[in-house]
Amino acid sequence: MNVIDLDRASIRVRDRTVLSEITISVGAGEFIGVLGPNGSGKTTLMRTLLGLIKPSSGTVRVFGRAPRRGDAAIGYVPQVRTVLPELRMRGLDVVASCLHGERWGIPTLRQADRRMIENTLAAVGARDLADRPLSEMSGGERQRLLLAQALIGSPQLLLLDEPLISLDPRHQEVVIDFVRRFGRERGITILFSAHELNQLLGVLDRVLYLGRGRAALGTIDEVVTAPVLSGLYGADIQVIHAEGHIFVMSQGHNLERGNHLHDDLPRPPHDHHEHVYPGNV
Amino acid sequence: MFEYDFMNNAFAAAGIAAIVAGVVGFFLVMRGQTFAGHALSHIGFAGATGAGMIGLDPLWGLLGFALAAGVGMGILGERISTRDVAIGVVLSLALGFGLLFLHYYTAFAAQATALLFGNVLAVERSTIAILAGLSVVTLTAVAAIMRPLVFASLQPELAEAKGVPLRLVSTAFLAIVAMAVSECAQIVGVLLVFTLMVGPPAAAHRLTTGLWSGVSVSAGLALVEAWLGITIAYYSDWPVSFCISVLSALVYFGALALPQLLGWIPKQQVS
Repeated sequence: MNVIDLDRASIRVRDRTVLSEITISVGAGEFIGVLGPNGSGKTTLMRTLLGLIKPSSGTVRVFGRAPRRGDAAIGYVPQVRTVLPELRMRGLDVVASCLHGERWGIPTLRQADRRMIENTLAAVGARDLADRPLSEMSGGERQRLLLAQALIGSPQLLLLDEPLISLDPRHQEVVIDFVRRFGRERGITILFSAHELNQLLGVLDRVLYLGRGRAALGTIDEVVTAPVLSGLYGADIQVIHAEGHIFVMSQGHNLERGNHLHDDLPRPPHDHHEHVYPGNV
Repeated sequence: MFEYDFMNNAFAAAGIAAIVAGVVGFFLVMRGQTFAGHALSHIGFAGATGAGMIGLDPLWGLLGFALAAGVGMGILGERISTRDVAIGVVLSLALGFGLLFLHYYTAFAAQATALLFGNVLAVERSTIAILAGLSVVTLTAVAAIMRPLVFASLQPELAEAKGVPLRLVSTAFLAIVAMAVSECAQIVGVLLVFTLMVGPPAAAHRLTTGLWSGVSVSAGLALVEAWLGITIAYYSDWPVSFCISVLSALVYFGALALPQLLGWIPKQQVS
C-alpha cells in the first residue's frame, strides 16, 4: 500500500491555486526530497497531508485514508518555527509539551514518558539538551530538539519542512545523515523539503519538484532535466552536472543558491502563508 | 500587626491575588503577551470607572470590560493581540474613557487613586470572598487548558498540526488573564498590575527552566513580594503598592544578575 496518494488533487490557499491537479504516489520507506522555488507549494503540500488544508478537488490519501488532523502516525517539523528567543524553558519540557499536548487538563510527565523523551533525545545525539534552556541553544541544537520531538510516538511518515534552514553546513550533514539512517532503520517514509538539491543527492530515493502549480516526481535523472524544470519554473533552465554536483541555472544564475539566500531573511512569526506568494525566481 | 482586622484582610486578599497573578503571569510571560495583559488592565480601568459612575461596584465593571476585551482580542486572533501599536492605541483610548467616566463620578474622586494604584488596606471581607471565588474560577480554568496552552505557546505550528484549537486556547487564556488582572488590580491597582503579574514570573523564568518549578517559583515570589510589601508598608508608612513594586523590581533584577553574581556561565550549566 502506498503511504501517500494524490489523485488529480488541487489545493487552494485563499484565492490562489497552489497545486493544480497533482497526481503522485509515494511508497513505504521512500526518502523524497521536495524542491521548488518559494511559493511553489512545498509547505502547502505538507499541510494538506497533515489534514490542515482540504483539497479543493481530487483526492488526497495518507495511509489509504483522508488526512486527519493530529494523526499520530505522522511526525512533523514545521518550517515556521516560532521560538521565543528569550524563552528559558528546558528542552525536556519543550519536547514533553507535544506529548498529548492536544488534550485538555494539566500536563503530566510520567516516568515512562520521561525515559522515552530522553531516549529519543539520545538517539539524535541531544541528550544534554533535556536540561538546557531553549534560549541558550544554537540553531542546530534547536533543530535536533524539534527533530527528536517529531520522532516521538514512532511515526510512519515524517514531514520535514526545510529542516536545514539556519543550520551551518556541518549540522546540515548531521541532520541529513540522521534522518536517512533513522528512516532506513525503521522503514519510515520521509518528505524532506530543501532549497539545495546537492546535499540530498546521496540520500534521496526520488525527488519531487514543484513549480507553477504542477509537480514532477521521479528519480534525479528523470526529473532534474532541462525540459522538466523549464516547464516547472516557467523559464529557460539549464541543468549542469559537474563533479558529482548538479546546478540548476537560469540565465547564468544558480536558482537554488539565490533562493536559499532569500530564505535566510527574517520572517514574521505566525505567517503560515508566506509560501503562497509568488516566488522571487 | 495581626491584631488589626484591616491588616488580616490585606494579607488574605493580597495572598489570593498574588498566587493567581504568579500562576497566570508565568504563562503570560512565556507567551510573550505581557503587553496584552497591560492593555486589559487599562481597559478594565474604563470599566471600573464606568461602573462607579452608574453606581455599581467598580470590581464588576473592571472584570466585565477586561473579560470582553480579552475575548475580543482572542477572537481577532494572535495577529492583533501581539500587535503593539493597535494595543497601544486601544489602551490609550480606554484610559481616556476611564478619565471621562471619572469626570462624571467626582463624588468618589479618591476612588480613582485606589483604582489606579490599589488600596489593599481598605479591602473588605466581602471583597475577599469575591476574590477567593474568582481565584478558584481562574485557577480551575488554567488547569483545564494548561496542557494545550503550553503546547500552543511553545510550538504553535506543531500544536495546530496535532489538532490543538489555537484560537480557542488563546481566547480562553486571555479571558483568564482578564480575571487575574481584575483580581490583581484590587491589590496594586490597574497601573501596577505588572508588579505581580510580570515581575515575579519574569524572575521565575530566569531562576528555573522547568515548567512546574517555574509556575511554583513564580507564584511563591508573587506571594512573598505581596506579603513582604504589606509588612514593609505597615512599619514604614509608605504606600503598599510602592513597596510591592520596589520588591518586584529588586527580585527581577536580582534574578537577572544572579548568574553573574554566582559566577555561572551558561555553558557550565550543561552537565
